Amino acid sequence: MTSRSQRRLGRTIALHLFLTPLALIWLFPLWMMVVFSTMPDNGIFSPGIELLPHDGFLDNFNNLQRDTNFVGAIGISVSVAVTYTFLSVLLTSMAGWALARYEFLGKGIVVAIIFGTITLPYAVVLIPQFIMVARDFQLANTWVALIVPPLFNSLGVLFMRQAFSMMPAELFDAARVEGVKEWRIFLFVALPLARPMLAALAIILFLASWNNYLWPLLINSQPGAMTAPVALGTLIGLTKVSWGGIMAGAVMLTVPMLIVFVLLQRHFIAGIAAGAVK
Amino acid sequence: MRYRNATAYRFLTPYLLIFAIFWIWPIISSFLISFQATRTVPWRFAPTFNWGRLIGDPAFFNALKNTLLILVIQVPVMISLAIVMAVLLNSPLLKARGLYRFAFFAPVVVGEVAYSAVFRLMFSLDFGIVNKLLNSVGLPKIDWFSNVTPAMALIMIAVTWRWAGYNAIIILAGLQSIPDDVYEAATLDRVSKVKQFFHITLPLLKPVIVFCAVLSIIGTMQLFTEPFLITERGGPGGGTETLGLLLYRQGFRSLNFGYASAVAYTMAGLAIAITLVQLWLTREPK
Repeated sequence: MTSRSQRRLGRTIALHLFLTPLALIWLFPLWMMVVFSTMPDNGIFSPGIELLPHDGFLDNFNNLQRDTNFVGAIGISVSVAVTYTFLSVLLTSMAGWALARYEFLGKGIVVAIIFGTITLPYAVVLIPQFIMVARDFQLANTWVALIVPPLFNSLGVLFMRQAFSMMPAELFDAARVEGVKEWRIFLFVALPLARPMLAALAIILFLASWNNYLWPLLINSQPGAMTAPVALGTLIGLTKVSWGGIMAGAVMLTVPMLIVFVLLQRHFIAGIAAGAVK
Repeated sequence: MRYRNATAYRFLTPYLLIFAIFWIWPIISSFLISFQATRTVPWRFAPTFNWGRLIGDPAFFNALKNTLLILVIQVPVMISLAIVMAVLLNSPLLKARGLYRFAFFAPVVVGEVAYSAVFRLMFSLDFGIVNKLLNSVGLPKIDWFSNVTPAMALIMIAVTWRWAGYNAIIILAGLQSIPDDVYEAATLDRVSKVKQFFHITLPLLKPVIVFCAVLSIIGTMQLFTEPFLITERGGPGGGTETLGLLLYRQGFRSLNFGYASAVAYTMAGLAIAITLVQLWLTREPK
């Protein structure tokens, strides 16, 4: 018996000896982001090794705000992400509800093409989307341009379809017998029951909008219309720019999401894992 | 279920409308645009104009080669690492599980721009913390940005850091759906842990791993932000230029939509081909 518990102890130690350095390496870039954001530029570009935060975050933030209107860009990013998340959750859950609970003509085709787009690179639709929004609709540098085209998402609909189809039919049939209208059943019976799934979906969509880079970079390139990642991206590679400031911006983009991640880890992980577990 | 066409389509219409306008039509449209000369006004139909240029364009083959190289090295390394992370995070022996999960999963929420900026700073030649640390243990500095091989390695390191945890989350969910009694039976039969991993865990995880691989391939195929921001527009000298970056340069710098659409369709073709091969390789034996 002793030898068995000794082997167990040995395995436990080996596991931690391997995993701890790997975890430290993985945390290192995030830690350095925080450290850099608190250091003056002459500290970042000095020959010494600095691994602990200083107290220059506010100075760096002021430098960043001097280089680009970052606070304004954060305002755009937050408003866009909130609106996008609300609309996208609504659209995808309505569609998911229809696919889960009704039989209708063309259902097979609709499901097949939604599935088909999962493996299709976004690059294929990028150019026509840009031509349409910028040239045909004249909507470049507007909020509509940032919010509407990314509203289509296939994994979200499949996720919500799964959520609604797992609910027992009796729940809805009882309401139908009472003569309750379908949209009321959806809004007041189905949606409240799907709350955990809606939370998971909302978090994933919010994060996707918050971090989205390529589309906002192309469509909203005017300084006053940029989202925060795009505004920050324009500084990277410039010669006369405060790197401490860029790092302060990176921290402002990242740390709120890390806090959300820690607080809502369960929903987060459910949202990501749902893609795979069908 | 009764047929309820009207009700169903009332719920589906907003979604399908967005889908039709911003996906279905663009998929057709970019195919058509790839057969047009788009730098004349008005555009004119010229079936071989872009595709002919594509097969003779060294810049295209350079971007294709770089993209495939990153794909072939980075995706397997990352998926293997993600499997290791998931299996170890799932071990009942692990203490302080929450801390380890945070370490590996945190990059999932970090935006491309934020982490590109950090990696650029960490790997800079003279003042980057990575070279300082290499120096402090007696290793030579590496010029990550002026030579092609280290620059490619840097892109792969950055992408792996960002996405390994994401895949580990999916694989971990797959692991947790394997019932315990499978392992209990194996343990009773004195099958070693290593054998259990290769003969039970891996085969049962196959569908999940294939799913991760397909998503990673499609993602890496379109790699754009990292070579755009970290190695400065695909530098050194196009050494890290990817298909995504070529599409951006052609489409949105030179405003050559026709040629960029041909590049986009090449990416789609590759993605579909690789996905099909992967599904075929891992098909269920009848």
